[in-house]
Amino acid sequence: MSTKQALSALSRREALLLAAGATIVAAGGVVLKSGTAHADQKMVDEAVMKLIGDKKPAEGKITLELPQIAENGNTVPVGVTVDSPMTADNYVKVVHLFADGNPAPEVASLHFTPMSGKASASTRIRLAGTQNIVAVAEMSDGSVFRAQQEVKVTIGGCGG
Amino acid sequence: MAKGVKPRVRVPGKAAKGEIIEIKTLISHNMESGRRKGKDGKLIPRSIINKMEVTFNGKPVFTADWHPAISANPYMSFFAKVEESGEFAFKWTDDDGSIYEKTAKITVG
Amino acid sequence: MKTNWNRITLIAAACAVCVGVFATSANATDWGPYQVDDRRSGYTYMTDESRAMQVDSFQNPGMIWVEQGADLWNETNGKAGKSCASCHGDATESMKGVAARYPVYDEKAKKLQNVETRINTCLEKNMQAEPYKWESKEMLSMTTFINNQSLGMPVDVKIDGAAAEWYEKGKAFYYERRGQLDMACKHCHEDNAGGIIRANTLSQGQANGFPTYRLKWQKVGSLHRRFRGCNKQVRSAPFGNGSDEYLALELYVKWRGRGLPVETPAVRN
Repeated sequence: MSTKQALSALSRREALLLAAGATIVAAGGVVLKSGTAHADQKMVDEAVMKLIGDKKPAEGKITLELPQIAENGNTVPVGVTVDSPMTADNYVKVVHLFADGNPAPEVASLHFTPMSGKASASTRIRLAGTQNIVAVAEMSDGSVFRAQQEVKVTIGGCGG
Repeated sequence: MAKGVKPRVRVPGKAAKGEIIEIKTLISHNMESGRRKGKDGKLIPRSIINKMEVTFNGKPVFTADWHPAISANPYMSFFAKVEESGEFAFKWTDDDGSIYEKTAKITVG
Repeated sequence: MKTNWNRITLIAAACAVCVGVFATSANATDWGPYQVDDRRSGYTYMTDESRAMQVDSFQNPGMIWVEQGADLWNETNGKAGKSCASCHGDATESMKGVAARYPVYDEKAKKLQNVETRINTCLEKNMQAEPYKWESKEMLSMTTFINNQSLGMPVDVKIDGAAAEWYEKGKAFYYERRGQLDMACKHCHEDNAGGIIRANTLSQGQANGFPTYRLKWQKVGSLHRRFRGCNKQVRSAPFGNGSDEYLALELYVKWRGRGLPVETPAVRN
């Protein structure tokens, strides 16, 4: 008998028991997850403060390029572009990337110069699960901008 | 890591004066996060490339600080505005102090 | 009704592997060379991001192994004082087409040879060097480099003559149930390709992109490593890398993907 037939032939009682089992497993997963240390928004905020002080970031100027759903959390492509003329007296100094659901929030700091021509870069990052990617850009005039985007990360299926 | 690390860079061979060119880099490295357990159940110590620096004719163009959240075999692309012919120099720094280097020439005009 | 616990246990075990397997894709995308008749490359089951990573020869992290292999190709190795290039010259010429037609029956060895076993025969007999360990950096670099020389060429393996027996053996393996989950290759890759297994999309299990850069592995890996992984997932004892069982299966799976382009190094999840 194929699994397909087996499933359709489940009695109501069996199906209920199976569902109950699945709920217990899921609940177990939640307990395990909260027991594992990972970053949160507060840790990201602290990490940001460590790097840029207590400046208040504004919205805008930053575009994050991320998949909505990552194929695999090991290798998630990320691109960041900041709107700036990139001249000697008006340029993006640095873009810090954070992930609020990883064991540690810091991902990378990308330092630009007027010679960069364009404040844009891409790389590939590790994400431990569905979470927000936060970008904080510091301009040459001291102003700070912030953007964030969520990426859904599915659990690997085949033995993943 | 240190042994057998292979950097790759792609810089266009030619560009017009003032053109903004895209540069791509890839380097072979496990980027061991320090949070993974080995077969013996013990944590494998952190061993990553933590910095990549790029200069053009000796002047800084782009620098990246990397944390363990950067994927294995790190890829990084970015841009550079070129005003003259010259040489890009790429330098990666490993946690163990090893330095990996590569250069690429470009003709502008 | 009396609850049948044995049955529930069995079904639950099967579910652990098969949840969601039955969704079928009604995708009418034109996949170009990546689809021949109803045969679809694993490429067609990836996300746009992963496909972009594969086709850009610079972004593709598997290209690191190709470059390492190119270095090894010219390195003198063994007592005979030869490199691969000493006999085979320019690999871009001499190795072109190898990945498309391998594995092949070797009259001298009286068995099927794939690229890995062929490299080791060469190392031992002609170069008087130590053979490479199967999943070593050297073997993966050399196979990825050699197979990459056939990039885009359609898979075209010979299954007649002396190879016929191996083909039949491989086919039997593909349809044979195994392991505690009692599943054959075909249950996932023939019956349910395009479905979801837990959170991953099942592909047809084609071999045309190996060695493949798997995002999960974070490195390049061989087809036999993948076979071993699949066997373990159905809770069956895996066969050895380079075993007759896997060589036969390699031939059969390559044949299933006949006409699909060689994609080494493919990028897969």
